[in-house]
Amino acid sequence: MPEGLGVYICSGCGIGEAVDTQALANSARSKAVSVQLHPYLCGPEGRKLIENDLAATNGGPKVNRVVIAACSPRFKTDVFRYPGVVVERVNLREHVAWAQKAGDEDTLAMARDYLAIGIVKAQKALVPAPQKAEISKKILVVGGGLAGLTAALEAARAGYEVLLVEKEAQLGGFLAKTRKRLTFQPPYEQLADGGLGDKIQQVLYHPRIKVLVAARIRRISGQPGQFDVEVETPEGRVSDRIGAIVLATGWKPYDASKLGHLGYGSSPDVITNVQLEQMAANGGVRRPSNNQPPRDVVFIQCAGSRDPQHLPYCSSVCCLVTLKQIQYVREASPEARVYVIYKDMRAPAQYERLYRRLQDHPLNFFAKGEVTGVEPNGNGKLRVRVENSLLGPTAVIEADLVVLATGMVPNSADGPAIRALRDAMIAAEKAESEAQRFEAIRRVEELRHHEGTEILNLDYRQGPDLPVLRHGFPDSHFICFPYETRRTAIYAAGTVRAPMEGVRAEEDAAGAAMKAIQAVEMAVRGEAVHPRSGDISVPEFALQRCTQCKRCTEECPFGALNEDEKGTPLYQMFRCRRCGICMGACPERIINFPDYSVDMIASAIKAIEVPDSFQEDKFRLLVFMCENDAYPALDIVGYQRMAYSPFVRVIPVRCLGSVNMVWVREAMNCGIDGVLMVGCKYGENYQCHYATGSELANTRLANMREALQRMQIEPERLRLVQLSIDEYHKLPQVLNEFAEYVAQLGMNPMREFL
Amino acid sequence: MPETRLPIAVIGGGMAGMTAALEAAEAGAQVVLIEREPALGGRVAQLARYFPKLCPPSCGLEINFRRIKQNPRIRILTRARVEDITAQPGGYRLTVLVEPRYVNQACTACGKCVEVCPAEVPDPWNYGLSKRRAVYLPYPAAFPFQFVIDRSACLSGCRACQDACPYGAIELTEQPKQEVIEAAAVIVATGWSPYDASRLTHLGFGRFPDVITNAMMERLAAPDGPTGGRIVRPSDGKEPRSVVFVQCAGSRDENHLPYCSSVCCAASLKQATYVREQCPDAEVTIFYIDIRTPGRLEDFYQQVLNGDRIRLIKGKVAKVERSAETGRLVAVAEDALSGRKLTVEADLIVLATGIVPNSQDLPPVLARDPFGFLAIPPSEKGIYVAGCVRRPEEVAATVQDATGAALRAYQCLVRSLAHA
Repeated sequence: MPEGLGVYICSGCGIGEAVDTQALANSARSKAVSVQLHPYLCGPEGRKLIENDLAATNGGPKVNRVVIAACSPRFKTDVFRYPGVVVERVNLREHVAWAQKAGDEDTLAMARDYLAIGIVKAQKALVPAPQKAEISKKILVVGGGLAGLTAALEAARAGYEVLLVEKEAQLGGFLAKTRKRLTFQPPYEQLADGGLGDKIQQVLYHPRIKVLVAARIRRISGQPGQFDVEVETPEGRVSDRIGAIVLATGWKPYDASKLGHLGYGSSPDVITNVQLEQMAANGGVRRPSNNQPPRDVVFIQCAGSRDPQHLPYCSSVCCLVTLKQIQYVREASPEARVYVIYKDMRAPAQYERLYRRLQDHPLNFFAKGEVTGVEPNGNGKLRVRVENSLLGPTAVIEADLVVLATGMVPNSADGPAIRALRDAMIAAEKAESEAQRFEAIRRVEELRHHEGTEILNLDYRQGPDLPVLRHGFPDSHFICFPYETRRTAIYAAGTVRAPMEGVRAEEDAAGAAMKAIQAVEMAVRGEAVHPRSGDISVPEFALQRCTQCKRCTEECPFGALNEDEKGTPLYQMFRCRRCGICMGACPERIINFPDYSVDMIASAIKAIEVPDSFQEDKFRLLVFMCENDAYPALDIVGYQRMAYSPFVRVIPVRCLGSVNMVWVREAMNCGIDGVLMVGCKYGENYQCHYATGSELANTRLANMREALQRMQIEPERLRLVQLSIDEYHKLPQVLNEFAEYVAQLGMNPMREFL
Repeated sequence: MPETRLPIAVIGGGMAGMTAALEAAEAGAQVVLIEREPALGGRVAQLARYFPKLCPPSCGLEINFRRIKQNPRIRILTRARVEDITAQPGGYRLTVLVEPRYVNQACTACGKCVEVCPAEVPDPWNYGLSKRRAVYLPYPAAFPFQFVIDRSACLSGCRACQDACPYGAIELTEQPKQEVIEAAAVIVATGWSPYDASRLTHLGFGRFPDVITNAMMERLAAPDGPTGGRIVRPSDGKEPRSVVFVQCAGSRDENHLPYCSSVCCAASLKQATYVREQCPDAEVTIFYIDIRTPGRLEDFYQQVLNGDRIRLIKGKVAKVERSAETGRLVAVAEDALSGRKLTVEADLIVLATGIVPNSQDLPPVLARDPFGFLAIPPSEKGIYVAGCVRRPEEVAATVQDATGAALRAYQCLVRSLAHA
């Protein structure tokens, strides 16, 4: 009898009516030192049963592992919290009593299996010990523009040391050179003075901020809390140990030389909004050709933006910038006529007031339209041709100054692409055939533009910089979690992350600084960050059995595993999110968590009682469910009292990517008739919280199907279904369909040998 | 960071408030999260999907609820309203009124009470498109997973639920309680409400049942909504064959909301995909002033625009009428480019109503802008605002904003520690 296991079965909320809880308790007696039944386990009396056993106050054996067979583990979490004790929750309510026929033998069989699975998991689990390490709480901020300065100041004001690295010789970035800035104060119509003088001074004189200018990062090795950074400066190399990183490298204007079709280069009087800003900051708006104030000014919006030939995205700020710059024109020439030709005027939120004020000016004309040509008209002016506008099908404006509202290009680097380029270069060198060499060289050329773009120079197997999402922006893929990043404790902020105006960039920088601070504080406590916030379990690698297959190092979505020269994984716990994708990847089963292991789940599968071969109409279907989405969806199915096949046996997993194919094989060997995996959507709009987990699971399952075929077992017995959490109403059908499908195949041939 | 004496008070438990609470608490701060409704989740819990990924909001809520459940530093008050905020040395003193829930923590959400409840009222969660009992669970994935009673809906003298509850969880005589919370900093994140469409009678709302708001459209598309996720005409439950979206229904309008509500353009494009998915033959027309889809939302805009049977017309809808000949609804608008008057017949008209800040019930000490958005002067060191009560914005921006506000509040803790 394993020492210390206590099993507590609740018969409330319909469980007692659905299953014979006494029979259930009897099935557990041989495995536990204490088995107790209660009609209201989460009530004070029920809790007392458990607490007494844990404290051994009633003279019985001391319980130090607890199985609670009651409601879903998603509920009553505060009630059944026993720190330092293994607690395993068995979901008899939502997944059995509320979804199955009361009193049926199949319902009891399901409850018995779930209890048996829970008991095995509790027996195999260890309470994770908190990992303590020396953690640097210093924050590295890369980029000294508005976002970088803000991140540095905000982190310093929260009490943290900051190292600020700027590649230019001066701090301030783009906004330091502006005449005016937008503000977000009522009445939202005014501009503030440009420049960042105050902020720069505050940063330079802050006792907790160290600034390095004209500096480049040579290398960042290590992991959150223990990054070693080497910076090259004109004064020499600086090394420091830092805890987290804010990437605030900003933007550059879109290259206007590509905008010849809008007249750029045809006349000195066709300028960009960046040039206009500089002109305004240095004395006022003048026509470059004759240094006179302009009389007819045309702003062309989306000059290069929202254009598949140039920047396919909206640069978000150009409309507001134009609204600001119209006022510079007005200062220089109060009588000037100003035309704004736009696709859509985008002045969101309260900025509508600014737009409205400028619209009300009798000499400002805003028109939706398409500019099809800008050319000198021969007498010193410019002819701007506008089509499909409310000025008519074709209109011509004679202008003496044309301003192209050019957009934002992020100063980013694509880490995985740089890594792919390096791999392709090596492949080209080492190619064993002409065909291989040809392919590798093609790949090198395709990726060549990433050469030398490194910013962070991270010592990560997955590449030296953050991955980018779209259009070069290292933004988050998640709407709910805009700071979610695939490199733990490294957060992008400001215009490098997404096009945004200054007020937003400051707010964004504060948010990124918060995340950086949080990352180091969680590292101090040995905790994982989002989404498994607070998890202190850490996988162990039994490296003596490692075959250097590199599956784990390649497949970790977070770059938590570096490799030595032979390909042995070098685990970095503070980069790790505890998803278990490495555990699922390992063919040697050498990667395991103390509370979630290959052996634990394999043993749990073996605990499922498979009907013998004489019960041909009874089937057993193992269902691995993502604990984040599919499993809660099945809880809602129960709450809605929707019924489904009594033959399914659900085992929640951290991510489908953590499912080791050994489990599938084990299930087949045990006579389980089919294995279903239900997890998050993958593809471009993936919903997997670990980015690639469900997709990897699908690939692995495809390989497993081939293996089954070789064993003369129908590969269709394995299936993966993508399901969003709100598709709970589809779940009974998903389960039933699979059950019917497997029933048509008949029982697993392995059942003959049991 | 060392454990601090005083918590951060977060007012509002929607996306902004939950985020602010979690980000600060995971960094080590103590937090009290004060929510007016009986469950967390706020406005996004009523949405069917997010743009541009078309993924369900409940996915992120589930993660956040789990983060909250495992975090001992967060204390939650539901059905709680902040009546007063006063400054005091080292922070603020909040007077909070906690309305009775009439269902205590003994509740297991077993549902016995609903089975016997005889009272039915229009469900505000579904904007009146369905009914609910007087005792109810706020929504299927609600947190806390605990019932609540709308006493105003109860039949006089009825105590059926109390008698039916096996766990003694129902207290029909529960009284409001006042609680005083001392906090080192305050984050206000009370969110928004949809603009009151009954003021848009010229657009047919309230006159024709098939003129609905975008908020109602979300409920129609939601699997837990009044139609189980089916997009149908409220009048007869039939699938629409022509759907018109009216942008800026109240927004960017000096007579209604003189600001842009920021999210309605992308929301209507998203809702056009609902129509596209369920009623592939339906014609979709979107009347707009400007389509405002900043950043990479442009990809989404183009993607929707490239679909079949969808057209966008720059023009403001002047009125909605019923055609005398066909009996169908007619949107009357002016095409801004041609200047011509246009009429489009529709089975379903969706008013893209805007965002109104939830600031009416907040203590007057919190400064507002002329539109009711909170505009706390930067000189106030200790009260911070996040999300749509400050500015209309999309979910990702709200979360960023709330994360930044969490840092500012966290700085107050560090400051108060330094002075302790």
